[in-house]
Amino acid sequence: MSILVDENSRVVIQGISGRRGSFHTKQMLGYNTNIAAGVRPGKGGQRVEGVPVFNTMVEAVQEEGVNVSCIFVPPPFAADSIMEAASAGVKLIICITEGIPVLDMVNVVSFVRSRGAILIGPNCPGIISPGKTMVGIMPRRMHRQGDIGVISRSGTLTYEVVYQLTEVGLGQSTCIGIGGDPIIGISFIDVLAMFKEDNETRGILLIGEIGGKEEEYAAKYIKEEFNKPVLAFIAGRTAPTNKRMGHAGAIISRGMGKAEDKIKTLQDAGITVAQDLCSIGKKALEVMGHG
Amino acid sequence: MSSQALSFFRSVNKLNLHEYQAKNIFRQFGIPVPHGLLVNEPGRAFQAARSIKGPPWVVKAQVHAGARGKAGGVKIVNDLDVVEQAAQSMIGQRIITNQTGPAGVMVNQVLVEEGVEIEREFYLSMAINRRNARPTMIFSPVGGVEIEEVMLEYPDLILIERPDPVTGWMPFQARNLLYRLDPLPSPEAIDNITFIAAQVFEIFLRYDCSLIEINPLVITREGKVIALDVKISIDDNASFRQEKIFQLDDKAGKDPLELQAEEYGINYIHLDGNVGVLVNGAGLAMATMDIIKQTGARPANFLDVGGGANEETISRGFEIILKDRHVKAILINIFGGILRCDELAKGVLAALKRMEIHVPLVIRLQGTRVEEGREILKNSDLKFLVAKDLAEAAKLVAEQVS
Repeated sequence: MSILVDENSRVVIQGISGRRGSFHTKQMLGYNTNIAAGVRPGKGGQRVEGVPVFNTMVEAVQEEGVNVSCIFVPPPFAADSIMEAASAGVKLIICITEGIPVLDMVNVVSFVRSRGAILIGPNCPGIISPGKTMVGIMPRRMHRQGDIGVISRSGTLTYEVVYQLTEVGLGQSTCIGIGGDPIIGISFIDVLAMFKEDNETRGILLIGEIGGKEEEYAAKYIKEEFNKPVLAFIAGRTAPTNKRMGHAGAIISRGMGKAEDKIKTLQDAGITVAQDLCSIGKKALEVMGHG
Repeated sequence: MSSQALSFFRSVNKLNLHEYQAKNIFRQFGIPVPHGLLVNEPGRAFQAARSIKGPPWVVKAQVHAGARGKAGGVKIVNDLDVVEQAAQSMIGQRIITNQTGPAGVMVNQVLVEEGVEIEREFYLSMAINRRNARPTMIFSPVGGVEIEEVMLEYPDLILIERPDPVTGWMPFQARNLLYRLDPLPSPEAIDNITFIAAQVFEIFLRYDCSLIEINPLVITREGKVIALDVKISIDDNASFRQEKIFQLDDKAGKDPLELQAEEYGINYIHLDGNVGVLVNGAGLAMATMDIIKQTGARPANFLDVGGGANEETISRGFEIILKDRHVKAILINIFGGILRCDELAKGVLAALKRMEIHVPLVIRLQGTRVEEGREILKNSDLKFLVAKDLAEAAKLVAEQVS
């Protein structure tokens, strides 16, 4: 199974002709990702890495039947691109772009929900179901097909963790970066609920960090409704505490957001929290076993 | 790749307007604020106060630090001859609060304002609620104190309204907040606060704010509604379309290395440790700092060169770390994704050609184009230690500084 993406995903790359768009298109093609189309307004009819380019998402959907979008469009235009994808009927949208204004995301999240689409990100590394498909920017070679689900708010930190998982012989069913921005699409809980139903996922690695309350919500969900082993890691124990967010931000999270608080909340919910990133692979083996 | 933590960190570097700047915006949007004048020399404070209604007058240090009142940054003066003395006690001095760190922040300007006789105080703010993905207005009949304290002690006195993205802020939402007040303010005051709430939302959208906070919002003895103290922060992701407001950024109070990093577009925070850290991605950067602490050393900085880093940004980030004299060793930890390891290697070499390095350097590379990156480093004549994994990198760094 795996979640959200597999070998049947037909992917469109929005912003395919840019430096990053074209580079990662090539990487994804190298992973046998089925990239059926690219979109770049004004460059319809051309090809990038052999992939046909369309001017609009509507055309890409009509001509190539794409059902997953991966977005590399720069921040000023990214919100428009996400909404274009949702409007064209694409139900899974993965936005890699970093630096989208928060108020744009307010409109985007509301719009995407109203169209019944799922948004991953923005500011995320994307999603990979090893051995099946990869829609994102993660270094592809270190992943290995297996039965551990990985969920993270971070990019490179996830690569480190996956690298170690593979080293100790724990393959992955699906690895998903939900994104590092204050406002994102899919949440930890949304992804956990999908992993819960996925027969090919046996255990979960959850990677969080300071700020917000995502981890706290996840802890509650895991305690009450989740039935597979979970190992968590929280980055940012040495982050300066005196440099805090504005008052109203603090009030919404009720003073929460520190790494220690998150670690304690997770532990109180009965979840093992890895203390040392250097040996997180070994710790995962302890918690999950060889399978 | 950045992370939510990055937005946490960015809150350090994001654009915080000074009180006087925020009040100027309020004036433009028709929200009443006290009459006041900005003064940057104590000798001008007397003159300023004389042209403003008083006594009393209020002298307020223009710094980005909460709790400045407790640290002597706000003074109420009843005698015109003492205004200059109050300004003198602030300008050119450092204010140290629980939010500034031990070095404090330099006061270069004070705001001299008319004093206001307060009948009632409220709290009103707008910020983004992450979970609901909406701007959120928070209103409380308890104003003039830290809102976190109200939250803890009187959660029932925190009232919340969220505008719908489709409609924006609606007048009924202000009524929902105000008609719960006991006793009810005058009809005129209710009208005025209703107007202010709507204008706060307008400002929030117009300037891509991440926070607007009025604390306190007061009703005076004469029955006027005035925003007595105002904070505005701007989302720095929006800097590309808010050029005018980003020109208001006051560089004076900032750490010189952080300022330089900002100019380079690099996320850097200066800390007080001895191991310089250069990492791609905020999550991995934080985790790398945590590891350094675990080995017994202390990180000298947070530095995320970002997902879009190239040879040039790497080189510049490295340059900033080298300028920190407390740095006794440097750890470069790169897991290539968007950032390719070969570009990283070229960036490091470029920086080392321009600058002399006099501390040990440990490099750990993994991910996209790692072989090419390692090859470039191997073929250079520069000296550094290459770690095969994170554990070894941490160990090598600890050995260098112990």
